[in-house]
Amino acid sequence: MAENSGNTTRIDLPGAAVDVVRKGSGPKLFMLHGGGGPVAGLPFADELAKSFEIIAPVHPGFAGSAIPDHFDDLRDLIFLYLDLMDALELDDAVMMGFSMGGWTAAELAVMSTARISKLILVDSVGVKVGGREDRDIADVFATRPDELARLTWHDPSNAPNPADMTDADLEMMQANRVALGLYTWQPYMHNPKLPGRLHRIDVPTLLIWGESDGLVTPDYGRAFCGMIPGAEMVVIPEAGHLPQVEQPDAFVGHVTSFAN
Amino acid sequence: MKAWFFTEDAYPQLPDQDTYRSIRVNLPNKHYDPETGADNYHQFLDMWLMAEDLGLEIMLNEHHQTATCVVPAVPIMAGILARESKTARILVLGNPLANLPRPTRTAEEMAMIDVISRGRLECGFVRGVPYEIAPANVLPYRGTERMWEAHDLIIKAWTTHDGPFSFEGRWFHSRQVNIWPRPYQQPHPPVWVTIGSANTAVPVAEHEYVGAVFLAGYPRIRPIFDGYRAGYFAKHGSDAPIDRLAYCALVYVADDEEEAKTGGEQLLWYMTSNKVPVEYSNPPGYHPPAVAAQIARGGRGGAGIPLQATLDDQMARGNVFCGTPDQVYEQIKAFYDYSGGFGHLLMMGQAGHLSFEQTHRSMTLFSRDVYPRLKELTASYNADAMKETRAALPDKDLADLANFGVEFVR
Repeated sequence: MAENSGNTTRIDLPGAAVDVVRKGSGPKLFMLHGGGGPVAGLPFADELAKSFEIIAPVHPGFAGSAIPDHFDDLRDLIFLYLDLMDALELDDAVMMGFSMGGWTAAELAVMSTARISKLILVDSVGVKVGGREDRDIADVFATRPDELARLTWHDPSNAPNPADMTDADLEMMQANRVALGLYTWQPYMHNPKLPGRLHRIDVPTLLIWGESDGLVTPDYGRAFCGMIPGAEMVVIPEAGHLPQVEQPDAFVGHVTSFAN
Repeated sequence: MKAWFFTEDAYPQLPDQDTYRSIRVNLPNKHYDPETGADNYHQFLDMWLMAEDLGLEIMLNEHHQTATCVVPAVPIMAGILARESKTARILVLGNPLANLPRPTRTAEEMAMIDVISRGRLECGFVRGVPYEIAPANVLPYRGTERMWEAHDLIIKAWTTHDGPFSFEGRWFHSRQVNIWPRPYQQPHPPVWVTIGSANTAVPVAEHEYVGAVFLAGYPRIRPIFDGYRAGYFAKHGSDAPIDRLAYCALVYVADDEEEAKTGGEQLLWYMTSNKVPVEYSNPPGYHPPAVAAQIARGGRGGAGIPLQATLDDQMARGNVFCGTPDQVYEQIKAFYDYSGGFGHLLMMGQAGHLSFEQTHRSMTLFSRDVYPRLKELTASYNADAMKETRAALPDKDLADLANFGVEFVR
C-alpha cells in the first residue's frame, strides 16, 4: 500500500506551496484533479502507475491544504502551475486533467505546450458551448444532493453518503467544495475567452467522456473537442462524470493507448 | 431602551408547504398574486406607521427570491417611510453589502433616505444570509471581508465633501466617487452591523457601531455580547455603552395568556415556514467547513431554523417573548439580565398571517404597559451593577438544536 499512495513532496513556489504526489515509473503523466479532490490514490491511478510516473499536484485549498490569501480564481492556479511546471522541469509530459482540472490543463496548454507532449481532458469544463440561457454545466452548488448524484454518476449508488462519512472526511469534502467554488464561481466553470485561444494547442489531444455524464454531457464534450485542432474524443459507456472511477479498466486502456 | 417594530413583509398566502421543497430561491413566483401582494405592501406600510403612532421606532430589512420577505430592495420601503413617517427612527437592517455589486449606489440610496427623512436613518450593514448567494451569484467565500471593504467605501463616500476620490480595492472599484446628496446627519447616519459570534463582534465594537444579534437566544447570547464588550474595551478602554447592543426576537403581547399563545403561535410562522434545503443553505465558503459538514449531514436536510419549532421551546430559548404585559416584561428583563444588557429591542411584531388588528393590539399593549418599564430598566443601567447581576445567573443549559440559527453565525 505504501507504494500505492506514492510520495508527497511540498514544493515552495513564489506566493504558495504545492503538495505534489508522485507514484510509478515511466513517461511523465502530469495529472490535475477535479473538484472532488485528489485522485492519485484511486485504483485507476495504481494501474496507470505501472506504465507512467504520475505527477499529481494538489490544488491549494484541497485535501486540507490552505487557500493562499491572494487567490481569487482559477487564474491564480494557472500561474502557480506555470511556475510548478518550470520547477518540475517537465519535458514532454502527458498532461491529463479531470473536470475543473481539465479546464486548468486547457488553460495551461493555450499558454504554452513547450513542456507537454500530449493533452488529455476528462469530462472537462472550461468553455461555454451554448447560448446565454443554456445551462451547459450543471450548477453543482445549487443542485439538490440526490439530483447531483444522478447527474454525476452512471450508477448513483456510487455517490458517497454523508451519513456514512467520518466528521473529518465530511469536513474535508466541504473544504474541497470551498476551493472548487473559489476557482470556478463566475463566469461559472468556464472562461469565455478560452474558445478563442484553443487554436494554440498544437499537441495531440484526447477527450475522454463518460457516456452518462449529466454535469457536462457528451454533447458538450463533442463541442469542446471541435474547438481544439485535431482533437479526438472517446466515450466510455456505463460511466458518468468520473469514468476513471466507474470504468477504470476502459479508462486506463484509453489513456495508455493514446499516451503511448 | 429603544424598541423597534419589525415585520419581514412576508407573502404568507402560499400553497401547502408539503407541495414545495424550498420557500426560498426556487419557489416559482406564479404563487405570488400581485393584487394580494399590493394589499400586503399597503398593510405593512400601515403597520410601520401604526408603530410610529405608538411611539415605536421602525425597522426594515431586505431579502431576495423568497416569500418570507418580499422586500428585495429595502431602500424603496425605507424611501416611502422616510416621507410617510414623521418622527420615528428608520432602521435599515440591513443592506446586504457582500452581495451588492456597487457600494457607491448603497451610499447614495442611504444618503437620500437620510435627507428625505431629515436625519432619521439608522443604517445597517449585513453580509447577507446563505440563501441569498444563489440570487446574488456572488462567491460566498470571504464574504465578511467583502462586506467590510464595501463599508469602507460607503463611509468614505458619505464623509468626503471636497470632490471625487478614488477607491480601488480588492473587490470594489470606483475611480470618481462624489455622491449627491450627502447624508443629512453628520458625519453620517448611525451604523449598525449584525453579529453572530464573538469574533464577528470585534470589528463592530472597534468601530463603535451597534451590534445587532438575531435570535441567538439563551444558548448563544453571552459569548456574542461578551465578545462585543471585550472588543470594545480592548479598543476604547471603557465599557461599551448599553446602546451599542441590540437583540432581535419575536414579540407578542395580549390581554390574557390564551390570546397571547394564539398570537405567539401565529408569529412562529417566521420559523416554521422557513423551509430551505441544503442546496441553498450551504453555498461553498459561506460557513466554515466544520459547520458546512454539519449541514451536509443535517437530519433535517439543511441549515436554518427548525421547522418543528414550538412556542414553549422558543420562549424558553429567549427567541420569543410572549404573554401578558407583565409576563413579557419579566421575560425580557430575565433575558436582559442574563445577557448583560442591551439598549435596543428589535421586535418582530408581525409575521405570517398575524392580522393588522392583532399586531396593533399587541404593539399597543407593548408600548403602553411594557415599554415604559424597559426604558426605566436601561435608564438605570450601571455597568458594574450589571456585571454582578449577570455573574449571579449561571449559564443556562439548553439542549443543542444542531444548526439552529446557523445562518446568523458568522
